[in-house]
Amino acid sequence: MSGKSQRSRAEHIKHIMETEGDAVATNTRGFNEGRYESVAKLEDYEALKDRAREIKEDAIERLPDLIDEVTEAVEENGGTVYIAQDAADANRYIANVCEGEDADRLIKSKSMTSEELEVNEHLEQNAVDVVETDLGEWVLQLAEEAPSHIVAPAIHKSREEIATLFEERFDPDEELESAEELTMFARERLGELIREADVGMTGANFVTADSGTIALVTSEGNARKSVTVPDTQIAVAGVEKIVPSVEDLHPFIELIGRSGTGQDITSYVSLFTPPINSPTVDFEDTDSVINGTGDDRDFHLVLIDNGRMAMREDEDLRETLYCIRCSACSNTCANFQSVGGHVFGGETYSGGIATGWEAGVHGLDTAAEFNDQCTGCSRCVEACPVGIDIPWINTVVRDRVNSKKDANAEFLVDGLTPDAEESGPGLQKRLFGNFETLAKLGSAFAPLSNWMANSPPAARVLEEVAGVDRRRPLPAFSRTTFAEWFENRDAVPPADPDRKVVLYPDLYTNYMDVERGKAAVRTLEALGVEVLVPQTPGSGRAPLSQGMIDTARSKANAVADELGSYFDAGYDVVVIEPSDVAMFTGEYERLLPEGEFEPFAENSYEILEYVYGLVANGADIDKLRHADGDTTVAYHSHCQQRTMGLEEYSRTILERCGYDVETNDVECCGMAGSFGYKSQFYEQSIDVGENLAGQIRDADPDVVVASGTSCLDQIDDLLEERPQHVIELLAPR
Amino acid sequence: MAAQRTEPALFDQFERTVGAYDVGVQRVQPSAVRETIADLLSGPAMGTPIDIAGATLPEAVTTNPTTAELEAAKTGVTTASLAIADYGSVVLRATAEGSEPISLFNDLHVVVLRESDIVPDMAAAFEWFGEELRETRDSAIIATGPSATADMGALVQGAHGPKKVEVIVVA
Repeated sequence: MSGKSQRSRAEHIKHIMETEGDAVATNTRGFNEGRYESVAKLEDYEALKDRAREIKEDAIERLPDLIDEVTEAVEENGGTVYIAQDAADANRYIANVCEGEDADRLIKSKSMTSEELEVNEHLEQNAVDVVETDLGEWVLQLAEEAPSHIVAPAIHKSREEIATLFEERFDPDEELESAEELTMFARERLGELIREADVGMTGANFVTADSGTIALVTSEGNARKSVTVPDTQIAVAGVEKIVPSVEDLHPFIELIGRSGTGQDITSYVSLFTPPINSPTVDFEDTDSVINGTGDDRDFHLVLIDNGRMAMREDEDLRETLYCIRCSACSNTCANFQSVGGHVFGGETYSGGIATGWEAGVHGLDTAAEFNDQCTGCSRCVEACPVGIDIPWINTVVRDRVNSKKDANAEFLVDGLTPDAEESGPGLQKRLFGNFETLAKLGSAFAPLSNWMANSPPAARVLEEVAGVDRRRPLPAFSRTTFAEWFENRDAVPPADPDRKVVLYPDLYTNYMDVERGKAAVRTLEALGVEVLVPQTPGSGRAPLSQGMIDTARSKANAVADELGSYFDAGYDVVVIEPSDVAMFTGEYERLLPEGEFEPFAENSYEILEYVYGLVANGADIDKLRHADGDTTVAYHSHCQQRTMGLEEYSRTILERCGYDVETNDVECCGMAGSFGYKSQFYEQSIDVGENLAGQIRDADPDVVVASGTSCLDQIDDLLEERPQHVIELLAPR
Repeated sequence: MAAQRTEPALFDQFERTVGAYDVGVQRVQPSAVRETIADLLSGPAMGTPIDIAGATLPEAVTTNPTTAELEAAKTGVTTASLAIADYGSVVLRATAEGSEPISLFNDLHVVVLRESDIVPDMAAAFEWFGEELRETRDSAIIATGPSATADMGALVQGAHGPKKVEVIVVA
C-alpha cells in the first residue's frame, strides 16, 4: 500500500466512523454484552459448542453423500433440488423458475447467500419485482445500500434516518417517528406487497439431509409469510448448510441466537419441510377457504457451490464452512464495533470470518481489501459457537495476499527485513513483520535511535515510506537488553530452588521494557525459583501478524531449538508478553514439526499465571508488594490473555495483595501490535482505544496496570499517567 | 405426546420462562377452555379445532376461514403440539386446517396447549422433531413470544406476525 492509498483508506474509515460509527458501536456492543449474559445461562454451553463443532466437521467431511441424501429426501417430499456451480448458474435457474410461474413479484426473507448471488439485480433485469420483507433489508433496498452486518443488516442506520427515508419515499399521511410507528408502517406496506406475491424466496440456516427440512432462524415472521402465502417456494443455501439429521439441529438452535444478538432464542425457529403440508393463501380469491395440505405447492432447493467445494479441499479455508453466520465474530471484535461491515467487510460478508468467505467465494482481491482489520486479538475464537480459528484464517489469507503482490520496490528495506518471505508482503508489513531486526538495531544505537526515530524528519519519512503514523510516539529502545542485564548482574541463585524457570526474553521486554523483566526476576526469585534468561530469538508473533507465515515458522523453529534442551532438563518457561504465551500454547501447534509443540503447550506459563501457581503450592505471597492502604487498580487484561482464560490469575493475585481491582469489558485496546501504528488505521485505533480509556477514567483508579505491551502503549497515549505491567506493581523492591 | 412427564414443575417453569416475553399464561380445566378463550378475544377471530377432550372453541371463532376472513381477523386461536419449559416456547405444527396462516395473520395469537405436552428442554423437543419430521415430513414452528424486530431503532413487539401471545394450558 502506498502512502497515497493509505491516506485514502484512512479517509474512508474516518468517513464511515463519522456517519455510521455511533450506531454500529451501540448495536454491536449491545449484542456482545447480550451474548455474554445469554450463554452464561446455559449449563452445558461448552458441551453444546463441542457438539456443534463435531456435527459440522462430520457434515463437511461427508458433504458429497449428504448432498445426495438431501436430494433424495426433497424429491420424496415433492420438491426439486438444483446444484448451482456458481452465482450465474443459480441466478439462471431461479429466473427460469420465475418465468415458468409467470411471476411478476418475488418476496424474499433475509438471506446472505442470496446477497452473494446478487439475485435481486438478476431478477429485476428479468422484469421480476423483488421485495425484501425483512424490515432491515427492506430499508436497505429502499436506500440502495449494502448490509453493514450479516444478521442485523441496517444497524448503521439510526431511527431518524429511517424516518426520513420513509418520508421521502412514501410521503405518509401521518408523521412517522417512533420505532413502533415505523414498524407498523412497514408491516402494512409490506403486507400489501406480500398479498400479491407469486414466488417466495428464503435462505436456510440449516438443511437436514434425512428429512429435507429447512431451518430458518428469524424473529419478524416474514419468512413464515414468504413460505406460506405463495404457492412456489425457492430456498437458496450454500452446500455447507446441510446437517445429517433433524436431531443435529439441536445444539445450533440453542447457540445461534445467544451467540449472535444475545437472544436466548429468536421468536421463530421455523422447521419447514417443503413443499409444506399447509394450505396456500390466495388473496386474489377472497372467497377461497383456507384448507388442505398444499398439494398445489412447488418447491425448489437451490444448493450453491460457488467455490465451497474447493474450500472443502483447502486445509486452511475448510473451517470457514463450519460458520453458521451468527455474527458473534463481528460483535465481539473491537475493530468491527468501531467501523461495522462497510469497512470490515467485502462484497457480501463482513466481520472476522468474512475473510474466509470472501476469499473462498469471491477471491483474494476482495478479501485483501479488509483483511487487515483483523488484528489477531482472538476474542472471536471463544465467541464462535463452532470454535473456528478465525485469526488463523485471516493470517493465511493475508499470507496469500502478500504472495500475490509485486515484490518490486522492496529493495529499499531489504537490509532491514531479512525475512524468509519469497515475495512481497509490502513495505509496511515487512517493516512490522521484521520488528526483531529493528529492535536489535534500535537497541544497539540507543538512545540516538530513539531521538532519531521520534524526530520530525524521521517520523515524516517513516510515514511516507512505510505508513507508520507520525502521531504515534515510537517505542524507546533500551541500550542494554534484558538478557544482557541478566547475564551481567551479580546475583547468587537461590540454593535448593523449588522450581527452575526460563524467563523468556520476549522482544518487548528484551529491547524496550527491561524494567518489567527485572521485576519478574525479582518476583520469581523471592518466591524461591531459580531463573535463567538465555538469549532467545523472537517468538515469530510479529511476522505472523503481518501474514508472513514462513518467517514466523523459521522463528518458531529457532525458539524451539533454543528452549528444547531446557524443557528436557525440567525447566518451565515463563513469559511476560501475553501474545507470546499465545504463540507458544497456540500457533506453535501449526508452526512446529510434530512432537515439538507439546513441551511448549505443557510447560509454558504467563508470568502471573505462574506466580498464582507458586502461591497455590505454598510460596509466600507476603514476599510480593501489597497495597498500601486503600488502592484502586484499574486492570486491563490483554485480548489474547483473556481468550486463553488467564485474566483471572492477575486479578486474583492483585486482590490477594490487597488491591481493589476494577476491570473493563473492552475486548481489545485497539493498538493490537502494529495496527495502531499504521497510518491508515491510526484514527480507528484511537476510536477503539477511547472505549477503554473511558472505562478506565470512570473507574477513577489510583494505579493503572495492564498485561500487554500494546495495551500499555495505547493507554499511555490516551491517558495522562503511564501505566505499568502487573508484575511491576507486585514485584518486591 | 401423552407419554411425557406432567409434573407441575414443568408448568411452573414454562410459565416463568414464557412470562419473560410478556406472554400471558393461564392453566385451566378442559371445560373452562371455551370461556377462557372467549374472554381473551379481541376483534374478529378465527381458529383451528381443538383436539383435546372436553375443550372447545367459542362460537365467535371461525374455523376454515376464507381469505377475506383471514385478512379481517384480529385474533387467531390454534393448538400447540408441544411446549418447551426452559425456553418458554410453543411448537406450532402446520396443519391442513390452516394452523400456520391462522397463527401468523393476526394481532393476538391464542395458543391452546395440553399440560402433558410440555417437555423440559430443547433436547427433548428435538427427539420429538426427529421422529415426527422424518416420518410425516410436516413442518413446525418453535415460537417464543410475539413476533419482534429491532430494525427500526428499538425493540418492537409485533413485526409481521402477532403483537401479543396468550397461552392456555389445559390441565
